[in-house]
Amino acid sequence: MIPELGHFALILALAFALVQGVLPLIGAARGNGTLIALAKPAARAQFVFIALAYAALTNAFVANDFSVLYVAQHSNSALPLVYRFTAVWGGHEGSILLWVLILAGWTLAVTLFSKQLDDRTVARILGVMGLISTGFVAFTLLTSNPFLRLLPAAPDGQDLTPLLQDPGMVIHPPMLYMGYVGFVVAFAFAIAALLSGRLDAAWARWSRPWTTVAWCFLTCGIALGSFWAYYELGWGGWWFWDPVENASLMPWLAGTALMHSLSVTEKRGGFKMWTALLAIITFSLSLLGTFIVRSGVLTSVHAFASDPTRGVFILGFLALVIGGSLLLFAWRAPRVGAGGGFETVSRESMLLANNVLLIVACASVMLGTLYPLVIDALGLGKLSVGPPYFNAVFVPLMAPALFLMGIGPLTRWRKAGAIDLALRLRWAAGVSVAAALLAPALLGHWTPLIGFGLLLATWIASTVVLNLVTRLREHPAPAWSQRLRAQPGSYYGMLLAHFGMAVFIVGVTVVGGFAVEKDVRMAPGDTVAIGSYVFKLEGLAERRGPNYAAVRATLSVTDDGRPIGELNPERRVYTVSRSPMTETAIDRGFTRDLYVALGDSVGTNAWGMRVYYKPFVGWIWGGCLLMALGGMLAVMDRRYRAARRTANEPAAMPANGALPARPALAMKASR
Amino acid sequence: MKRYFIPFGVFVVMLGFLALGLTLKPRELPSPLVGKAAPAFLLPTLNSPGSSLSSQDLRGKVWVLNVWASWCVACRDEHATMVEMAKLGLVPIYGLNYKDQRADALGWLDRLGNPYVASLFDAEGLVGIDYGVYGVPETFVIDKVGVIRRKFIGPVTAQMVRDEIVPLVARLNS
Repeated sequence: MIPELGHFALILALAFALVQGVLPLIGAARGNGTLIALAKPAARAQFVFIALAYAALTNAFVANDFSVLYVAQHSNSALPLVYRFTAVWGGHEGSILLWVLILAGWTLAVTLFSKQLDDRTVARILGVMGLISTGFVAFTLLTSNPFLRLLPAAPDGQDLTPLLQDPGMVIHPPMLYMGYVGFVVAFAFAIAALLSGRLDAAWARWSRPWTTVAWCFLTCGIALGSFWAYYELGWGGWWFWDPVENASLMPWLAGTALMHSLSVTEKRGGFKMWTALLAIITFSLSLLGTFIVRSGVLTSVHAFASDPTRGVFILGFLALVIGGSLLLFAWRAPRVGAGGGFETVSRESMLLANNVLLIVACASVMLGTLYPLVIDALGLGKLSVGPPYFNAVFVPLMAPALFLMGIGPLTRWRKAGAIDLALRLRWAAGVSVAAALLAPALLGHWTPLIGFGLLLATWIASTVVLNLVTRLREHPAPAWSQRLRAQPGSYYGMLLAHFGMAVFIVGVTVVGGFAVEKDVRMAPGDTVAIGSYVFKLEGLAERRGPNYAAVRATLSVTDDGRPIGELNPERRVYTVSRSPMTETAIDRGFTRDLYVALGDSVGTNAWGMRVYYKPFVGWIWGGCLLMALGGMLAVMDRRYRAARRTANEPAAMPANGALPARPALAMKASR
Repeated sequence: MKRYFIPFGVFVVMLGFLALGLTLKPRELPSPLVGKAAPAFLLPTLNSPGSSLSSQDLRGKVWVLNVWASWCVACRDEHATMVEMAKLGLVPIYGLNYKDQRADALGWLDRLGNPYVASLFDAEGLVGIDYGVYGVPETFVIDKVGVIRRKFIGPVTAQMVRDEIVPLVARLNS
C-alpha cells in the first residue's frame, strides 16, 4: 500500500511541477499577479509530495518489502539498517528520485530565500525550475519508476552492490547531486534574466552565493568520490579519468569559471553575456553528466543498467532544455551589450584568461570523454581514451590558470601597472623557485615535473600570503586587529580557497612523484619493507560479517624498528552477489598514508598483498575541503545579507504589475 | 548577430553524436569469445544429479546457452521470453544454472515454466568463468561446429529474439 501511495505522491508532484513550470512564466510575461502568486505555493507543494514519495521508497527498503522490484534488486534482509537507507540511491531509479528530491529542495530554498527579489523575477526563476522538475519527474514516472511491484514477491533481495556498502557512499551521491543540481538556481536566474532582459549587477549578486554553495557541495562530492575510490577499490589511485568522474569534473570546471565571471559582473558590470552563457553551460553539463551516467552511452566502472528508452528520453529533454536556452541566449544576447571596458593588464583580463583556460580545459575533458562515442558513431571502431590523453592535455591547460591564480587577486580592476605588479610579486616568485629547487631534494629526488608542481603550489600559497599582507598594510585603520576585521568574509574565503588549491597541488605532486607501490606475495611471518617502514604479516583469520564472509589479515607495522600499529585488510565475499571485495587498511598520517590491500590467495597459505606508501596523499582531499570551506566563508559574507535590505526598493514592481518594455539597466550599454 | 548562435551550433553537433551514440550498444563489448570455439564442459544436469551433459553431446546442431539463476531477478524478467522462444521450436535452449542451489532452481522452473531441453548445474560457477560470465543472465548462440556466434549480456527481449536470434539461427541452420 505504501509504495502505491509513494507512486501517487509522485504523480501529484508532477502535476504541481507542471503548474509551477507553466503558469508563473505566463503570469510574468503578461503581468498577471494571480498567476505570479502561484509560483511559491506550487513549488512548496511539489517539494512536499516528492519528499513523501521519497519517504515511501525509503520505507520499502527499511521494511524489506521485496514485493517492490527496485528493493528486491538493491537490498537484502541481511543488509545492515544504515545501508538500507542509502540503498535507496544504490540503483538507477532511486538515484533519479534523489535527484528530483534535491531539485525540489533547492526550489524550496529559493522560495524561502528570495525576499530581496521582486515577485515577477521569482516567478520566472521558479517557473524555469518547475519545467526542469517536470522533465525529471516525468522521466522517473515513465521510464524509471521505483515503485513497480514484483509479484509474487521475491523471497529475498539481490543485495546492494558491495562497492556501495561503505560509509563514503552514504554521503557521496547526495553531496554530488547537491552540487550538480544546485547549479540549476544560477541557470534558472540566467534564463529569467534573459527573458526579462535585465542582466544587471543585482542578478549577479543574487546568483553568486547560490552558485558558490552548489560549487562547495560539488567540490566536496567529487573529493569524497575520489577518496572513496582510493580506499574502496584497492588500487590506491585517487582519480581515474573515468567517464563518470569526468561527468562531475566538467560542471565543476565550468562552475568555477562561472563563480569568477559572476564576480566581474557583480563588481564591474562586465562579462554579462559571458556569465549568462556560463550559467547555461554549467547546468547543461550537469544535465549532460546525468545523461552520460544514466543512459549508458559510455561504458564505465560505475556500470548502471542501461535502457534505450531512458537514453532517448533524457536526450530529448537535453535537446529541449539546452537547445532552448542557447536559442534564447542567441536571441537576447545582441541586445544586452558588453559592459565596462578594461585594459590588457587588469583584474578583468586575468579573470577572462582564467575563464578561457577553465572552459578550454573543460572542453578537453569533454572531448576525451565523448571521443570514444564519436569514433564509434562514425564507424571507426571501439576505443577508450585513458589517463595519458588527459594528463597530456589537461595539465598544460591548468598550469597557466594556476599561475594566474597567484597574480589575479593582486591585480587592480580596470587597469593595473605591469611593472608595479612584477615588483610586488618578486618575493613570491623567489620563494617559489627556491621551494621548487630545494623541496624535492629533501623528499628524495628531483624531477622537472615534481619541481614544477611544487613551484605552482608555493607560488599560489606565497601570493596568498602576499595578498593578505599587502591588503592589511594598505588599510587605514591603526590597529592590525581592526584591519583584519575590516576585510569582508568573501575576501578571506577567496584566500582560503586559493590556498586549498595549493595544498591540493602539493598532494598531487608529491604522491605522484614519491609514492612507493609494492605488489608482493606474502605468507604468515613474511615481511616487506618500504623505506624505514617494515610490514610483517602476522597471520590470517576468517571472519563473518552480517552479509559477507571475510578473510582478515593482521600486519604489524614498524618504523625504524619502533612499532606504529596494526593493519587489518580484509577480503570479503558478499553472500548474495558472490562478489569479492577488498577492504583496504590504511594508517593515515599528516604527511603519509600506509596502505595495505589483501589480494587473492596464491598457492597454499600465501596471499597477494599490495603495500603502498603514499606521501601527502591526504593533502589532495584536505585541499578540496579547504576550497569548499573557502566557498562557505565567501557565502557568509555580510554583503549578501545587507543586499537583502537595500535591493528591494528599485526592484519593486509598478502598481499595475507591468514592467517597462525595455528595462533601463539592461540597455545601459546597448549598441 | 551570428556569433551568438555559435554555442547553439556546437550543441546541435554534439546532440547529433549523442543521438547516434544511443543507437550503438557500448555494452555489446566485442567479446573475445565470439567467433571462437565454445569452451568445453562436462556437468551434471539439474534434473538428475546422476546424469551429465558435455559440450561434445551438442555438436552438430545450432543451440542456445542461457545462463540463469533462481536468485537473479533479471532472469525472472527474461524467463517469459525464453519460454516463448522455446515454444517456437526453432532452436534448442540449454540452461546453465549458475551458482545456484538445486532445490531453489528446480522450484523456480516448476513455478515459471521450463524452456530448457536441459539445464547444466554449475554450482561452483567454474564453467561460467570459462564462458566469461560477468553478469546473469547471459545468452550465447553456438553453431553446429561448436563456435560461439553471438553473445548477449543482460536479459534477452522478445524483440531481440525476433530480430536477432531467429534470423541468426536460420542462417546458421541453412
